[in-house]
Amino acid sequence: MGCVTMSEFDDADAQGLVRFAYREMTKASYALLRVKDAAAARAWLRSAPVTSAVEMNPPPATALHVAFTAPGLRALGVSEPVIAGFSHEFRAGMAQESRSRQLGDVEANAPENWSWGGPAREPHLVVMFFGKPEEPYETFVQDSKGPAWNDAFDTLDTLDTSDFGGVEPFGFTDGISQPEIDWDQKRKTPCTQLDYGNIASLGEFLLGYRNEYGKYTDRPLLDAGDASAGLPAAEDAPGKKDLGRNGTYLVMRQLRQEARMFWQFAKQQAGGDNAAAEKLAAAMVGRTRAGDPLEPIQEQLIPGIKTKQGKKEQNRFTFDQDPAGSRCPFGAHVRRANPRNTDFPDRPGNALTKLITMLGFGPRGFRDDLTSSVRFHRIVRRGREYGTELKPEQALAPASADAPDPECGLHFICLNANISRQFEFLQNAWISSTKFSGLTGESDPLLGNRAAIPGCPVTSDFTMQKGGGLRLRVSGMPQFIKVRGGAYFFMPGIKALRYFGHDGAVPVRGMT
Amino acid sequence: MVLAPILPSREEELRALLASMNDGPGRVNANNALIPFAKFDNLHFARLVILDDKTTGDARLFGLRREPYPLYLAFLGDMDGDENGFLEDLARVAPDGLRKLFSCCEGFGDGAGLLNWMKEHRKPSIANYVNWPGRTVRRIREEAALQEAVESYLHKDSSLREMSPREIHAKLARFIDGEKTSGRLTLSEESATPPGWWIRNLLHLVGVPLLVLLLSPLLAVLAPFYLIRLRRLETTDPELCPAVDQAYTEMLSRGEDHYVTNQFSAMGSLKPGPVRLLTAIGVLSTVNYAARHIVRPGRLGRIRSIHFARWVFLDGTKRMIFCSNYDGSVESYMDDFINKTGFGLNASFSSGIGYPTTNWLFLDGCGDERKYVEFLRRHTVPTQVWYKAYPGLTAVDLERNGRIRKGLEVSSLSDREAGEWVALL
Repeated sequence: MGCVTMSEFDDADAQGLVRFAYREMTKASYALLRVKDAAAARAWLRSAPVTSAVEMNPPPATALHVAFTAPGLRALGVSEPVIAGFSHEFRAGMAQESRSRQLGDVEANAPENWSWGGPAREPHLVVMFFGKPEEPYETFVQDSKGPAWNDAFDTLDTLDTSDFGGVEPFGFTDGISQPEIDWDQKRKTPCTQLDYGNIASLGEFLLGYRNEYGKYTDRPLLDAGDASAGLPAAEDAPGKKDLGRNGTYLVMRQLRQEARMFWQFAKQQAGGDNAAAEKLAAAMVGRTRAGDPLEPIQEQLIPGIKTKQGKKEQNRFTFDQDPAGSRCPFGAHVRRANPRNTDFPDRPGNALTKLITMLGFGPRGFRDDLTSSVRFHRIVRRGREYGTELKPEQALAPASADAPDPECGLHFICLNANISRQFEFLQNAWISSTKFSGLTGESDPLLGNRAAIPGCPVTSDFTMQKGGGLRLRVSGMPQFIKVRGGAYFFMPGIKALRYFGHDGAVPVRGMT
Repeated sequence: MVLAPILPSREEELRALLASMNDGPGRVNANNALIPFAKFDNLHFARLVILDDKTTGDARLFGLRREPYPLYLAFLGDMDGDENGFLEDLARVAPDGLRKLFSCCEGFGDGAGLLNWMKEHRKPSIANYVNWPGRTVRRIREEAALQEAVESYLHKDSSLREMSPREIHAKLARFIDGEKTSGRLTLSEESATPPGWWIRNLLHLVGVPLLVLLLSPLLAVLAPFYLIRLRRLETTDPELCPAVDQAYTEMLSRGEDHYVTNQFSAMGSLKPGPVRLLTAIGVLSTVNYAARHIVRPGRLGRIRSIHFARWVFLDGTKRMIFCSNYDGSVESYMDDFINKTGFGLNASFSSGIGYPTTNWLFLDGCGDERKYVEFLRRHTVPTQVWYKAYPGLTAVDLERNGRIRKGLEVSSLSDREAGEWVALL
């Protein structure tokens, strides 16, 4: 890659979901589709009113996004050599057997039991509709679909979402912590980061830009030609067209959350005391229901965490001052999902102490340096709740015998440029690992599947460390969250989307 | 490690035999009929791997023609005590199974001299890493039982929650003493290391630096030429890290992530020329020396997840094998390595054909993460049979259990020590 010409982020080409969460658009649904007629599907893609990442004032009232699975690209007629330019995990799909072991999708979570995404129920694409509540949502959906929709696609499933007002189905404020993307590409990489920062390279979330290693993630690069003429140029390969640029991978998982089971368990552990149950639940999450972290908000600012006027500070913290896990347990969900650490433990002051640490003669504490540096494992979350909300107050009351609770949960969505290093690593090494941070016998208190693994019959504990005393260990936790579906999608830039829609122009050769 | 070329006519049969030792891909039957690994109470890890190098053609990058190599069967074990003693145990416990397996190799004949044949086919490694030298399988099992006993005691006795760490420590020490006295728990003293080992170790400790010292005038003279040549090679040696075939990577992953620990077997050809060869030998000898005499137990640089690792030259010094046993998934393993000890990876693997371009031996290289990941995956070979004596325990688990025991053996801890000790529980 001798010749690299960096260029600015093209907000007119990227789909807006990577930049905006559309919080004002409280209505959303996701159509999981299979291509019925490739020509009709391509025709729809050519004119689909997809929303770009351009910042508009006032913001738009609706948004539309499209993303494809690998079989979906195939069904549209994209050639194999082009598909081979995408990442291994995208091509293999989320439901691949060995991947299921890594992600914890075994036993009750296994793809055979999924309502979509598993064998024979794999979507080709997802079309996502977002709208403000005052907008005539159905009209927007119908207009976006257009007249040829039913000729082009079979609907596998339509995932509706609900608006629980900023809380996830267990009743905790959600979506507080997100990485701040370096849109202006000011971040110097590669670098060594000694302080926790919340700014992530653009290339961590969009293909075709430099990532945290200062490199470009693999994606299809095409020879220049008629078909690829409309595509952006590749920064790192002169003369090549970049099919990935401004695109990202979209990971979608339907997570059914058993709110009553969660709160009843907490209550039972707390001896029937609701306040104590809430405290235990907060320890499991790592935040209170209102979203306050269990760590104090620090004085020192954290790059990429903005202080908003009149808004409560809930994200300006690290775990540096809690090395024993006394305030926020090591196994708490937010500590697993974002350990807020750096490239080096104990912030080496100079090159010599850095070298000493690198050679393994640094800190010798039991839990030192067990967790990988978080900046390589960030995701942007865009999930939404679905189903009927069961508030914690209701869930703490005994279930009624004759009326089972209606289903609720999360349509988890995250965006990342490297599924394997970002989402999968997080899910595998941190969330579902029974050995995270020197723990044993427990996985994520919320998401864990509690399945036994060889030599580790028990994975259903949860430990709350206590400085100057014996930890409190909860055991026998049931599985609160079940995976009901999932898939890996590629959400292309709009030019790449038009390329996929280009009739008969999908090249067979021209891959590098 | 026992290494022998496979008879081409018997390859299929051998593959079937190896598969019969597993319950499924990647899941060994520890009591399988051929080599019942569970019977060896001094064996930590074992693997049987067919060294099927799909990358031998890479030598073409340097205009080299290589005769097709034979397929080898490699049998690796990480055991307490010396390898000869282990081979003797093997020949005693599983002679029939071993004969079946090795009869698929060249020169095995009727198998009358099984033990001698194995000894003759031993292949030494150029570098070895052991997470915790001297920690035996017996000790690992005893300490795991200790941890379980402590855990179930803590589960029952809620009065401990109100106690100070020193009181907890004292109470648990009394409980464990009782368990030991009653015979429910055993914590053996380590049997003394044989004096021969100490002498050899001391000679190695002193001998290697002495040799380097003796050679230093020569090395000092050669160093500038070496560096100029190395820099030149670094700018001209081609990279070869294409995306790995999808079916190949999926095949590899079928054997992975069945346990908290995974195996890794990789091989490839070395770049030609004395500079690359001397670099490989120099770096790996340093790794070996450091692993043996310098590094802290439980850590290889900043890495705490490797149980055992070894580097072995093959076909003279034309090719190299690297085998390791590590905790977590291959993705976290590679990530940990790139971010924490990229310099070590670059130094030890950049002599391999196609490795991402390094600078000054230690820099860049694997910093090009995608290229490195594909390079490594491309050179990974499937491991047909892999055994671990303590499947549920990571290296960090072993360290914790060891620390718990060590703390119990101290009669009085300071407040700070007691606090740190209680935090292990």
